[in-house]
Amino acid sequence: MSADHVSYTLDSTLETVNNAEETAGRMAAEAGFDDEEIMKISMAVREAAVNAVLHGNAYDPSKKVTLAFERTARDFVIIIRDQGKGLDPGKIPDPLAPDNLLKTSGRGIFLIRSFMDVVEIHPSQTGTELRMIKHVHGNPADSKEAPQ
Amino acid sequence: MTMKSSTRQVDGVTIVDLSGRITLGEGSVILRETVRDLLSKGQKKILLNLGDVNYIDSSGIGELVSAYTTAKNQGGDLKLLHLTKKVHDLLQITKLYTVFDVKEDEAAAVKSFSK
Repeated sequence: MSADHVSYTLDSTLETVNNAEETAGRMAAEAGFDDEEIMKISMAVREAAVNAVLHGNAYDPSKKVTLAFERTARDFVIIIRDQGKGLDPGKIPDPLAPDNLLKTSGRGIFLIRSFMDVVEIHPSQTGTELRMIKHVHGNPADSKEAPQ
Repeated sequence: MTMKSSTRQVDGVTIVDLSGRITLGEGSVILRETVRDLLSKGQKKILLNLGDVNYIDSSGIGELVSAYTTAKNQGGDLKLLHLTKKVHDLLQITKLYTVFDVKEDEAAAVKSFSK
């Protein structure tokens, strides 16, 4: 597979969440992933888009979400950036902790980490960049970052 | 893509047949309003039939938790019926499968509610 890169600049709307999910599913299918993996990738992207639109940009119409896909011989890489205050990875509660099980939110990052092979969170003063990788079939997978 | 909801009564239990996607936005709102409406009318034995729910995101999971805790807090009970594999797997990895009372058979599920 040759390197392939595409990126989108999107509004901070619910429509962006749905579009990101659909685009991820389509591109994952084109990359040759099976139905199960396509579902996981598209759901991870949906959760990341929800974080960017809802928690990062807080639906602010002046703030944008950047969604980028990159296909290499080894990896399917997805990067989502928002223009929010910056997500502190150290402050993400464990949704599996007994005290958090019945909370109605806080599972998005956990699901992303469950579904993708590598997840990196890069917060800054200008927003948060979430980098997700799914290894392409037939290639040895690197060790999974932040296993749950 | 959207979610549909309909209710029916069986032996004092309100069965909510859901289909489609329970996700951030319309799907989550429909579920929330349906359960709140039932509880406000005193229908506190609720069985959510998720057999035709083919997709649920973290917001939908949160809405299920909210429905469960809201029903419990009002002296009611809320159980789940006919999970699809996707929803089952999601509840497993989030450890919510042990929180919810999940049923596979409708008649047995209805009987399981206290009289």
